Amino acid sequence: MPAVDGWFTLDDEPHLIGGRCADCGTYVFPPRAGACPNPECESDELVPTTLSRHGRVWSYTENRYAPPPPYKAAEPFEPYALVAVELEKEGIIVLGQAPKGILAPDLKVGMRMQLETDVLFAESNEQGETTEHMIYVWAPAVESASGPNAGVAS
Amino acid sequence: MNDRDLVVMGVGMHPWGKWGHDFTEYGMIAARAALADAGLQWKDIQYVAGADTIRNGYPGFIAGSTFAQKMGWTGVRVSSSYAACASGAQALQTARASILAGFCDVAMVIGADTTPKGFFAPVGGERKTDPDWLRFHLLGATNPVYFALFARRRMDLYGATAEDFAMVKVKNSRHGLENPNARFRKESTVADVLNSPVVSEPLRLLDICATSDGAAAMIVTSREFAEKRLGSLNGVPRIRAVSTITPTYPQTILELPDFATDSSAVVAPPERGFKDSICHAAYEEAGLGPDDMSMAEVYDLSTALELDWYEHLGLCAKGDAEGLLRSGATTIGGRVPVNPSGGLSCFGEAIPAQAVAQVCELVWQLRGQAGARQIEGARAGITANQGLFGHGSSVIVSV
Repeated sequence: MPAVDGWFTLDDEPHLIGGRCADCGTYVFPPRAGACPNPECESDELVPTTLSRHGRVWSYTENRYAPPPPYKAAEPFEPYALVAVELEKEGIIVLGQAPKGILAPDLKVGMRMQLETDVLFAESNEQGETTEHMIYVWAPAVESASGPNAGVAS
Repeated sequence: MNDRDLVVMGVGMHPWGKWGHDFTEYGMIAARAALADAGLQWKDIQYVAGADTIRNGYPGFIAGSTFAQKMGWTGVRVSSSYAACASGAQALQTARASILAGFCDVAMVIGADTTPKGFFAPVGGERKTDPDWLRFHLLGATNPVYFALFARRRMDLYGATAEDFAMVKVKNSRHGLENPNARFRKESTVADVLNSPVVSEPLRLLDICATSDGAAAMIVTSREFAEKRLGSLNGVPRIRAVSTITPTYPQTILELPDFATDSSAVVAPPERGFKDSICHAAYEEAGLGPDDMSMAEVYDLSTALELDWYEHLGLCAKGDAEGLLRSGATTIGGRVPVNPSGGLSCFGEAIPAQAVAQVCELVWQLRGQAGARQIEGARAGITANQGLFGHGSSVIVSV
């Protein structure tokens, strides 16, 4: 199940779900209802819309220490990367985690990325059933076999 | 003196540290120090502008009345401001508005905090519509994560190195050595920084400021009040500008605590980015420019963010901050020393006190009372700071 409702699709080619103003056409992410953020626009309707699956790295980092709650860090903690990706068509930068195993040395400002999903945390109930809570992640884009990032993406 | 200038009659601090005492105790000591410095008594104060802390329960949310009660009720009017790291500047602006509107002549601006250990985490409870809660829950995006995104851009765009960042720490640790209010008074070397553990790559532990307990207060007055008390105002520091602006849509730089920027698909980004515009508004209000500044106190939440501020302040062109640092211009003795107090690097962050503390340092420097860290011939200085959720904070003080 998604760790947050309505922010991304969970199909084979996942997309972020943002909002687009029905009047001026500007975008928002995370998705929300209500007023358009453009001060020149008086619209109160933001229509849910999928965002581009690909973008370029604006910046990135790698967490070496477990973040505090409400983050549910795995034990033992494994370092993971966070990537801010710029979507050209929408003109926005969206922060997300990278998939497990993709760390800072694998990344570069300007690098092409694509949206995937990964397990954020898993919880077991008393019956021993495990529920995986999923989150969107930015992974290096899968290019053609001879492309610059071939073989990097999961 | 401009009609809209305020006189700073007194400043005071409680030293920064990590004791876990009641934040009002720190505040009272800073308040008494500022009153003594001004030669005034508590009953002379007509307005208390408190900067709030959100980590100390209800008294923290109503800092103005909390400190008024702590000092002893006198019927004084109060306000309480919250603007995250910019709270102190917001409180100063509130006091300034009250004085310039003629509602009072003398005001105390005060902020104090007691901080928990470790990473700042959101306040308790499950709040699935609060972006500050969600960024921790869904991404583990701590404050150093955002600092690191800016640091990485300096590296990949401008060729900044870990050594450049470390040199900011080396400079600030030297500046703060003789500052009696600083928490960390120990010289750091480039090797110390590079050998400290990576927290959020590329930033290491010694690149990132700590969280501290501390308090700062100042007494600001109308010109008429100060002239009556002091006679001549020659050499007395004056508040020339207080910039508390917010961003202009679209805000296209990813800032704490956001998941995403605004969209530039329909509306082109403004001429100046948010942090440039904070400083620009202060210069415009003061009628002064970067070349007029003898010094700056900037928010070095990380070493790399201090370099960003050099550029937002117009001390150098974009991408030239590492060169400015290496030239020695921002070291005491250089053209425009930055963080002569030692900055957050030596203080750690006591959120509601920090923007007030920045002004305290400018005042001590302008009066020639900064001791071993004195900048010779200081005539004017600027502070720069930003609170999360779009709060600008820049104050210009001159003699």
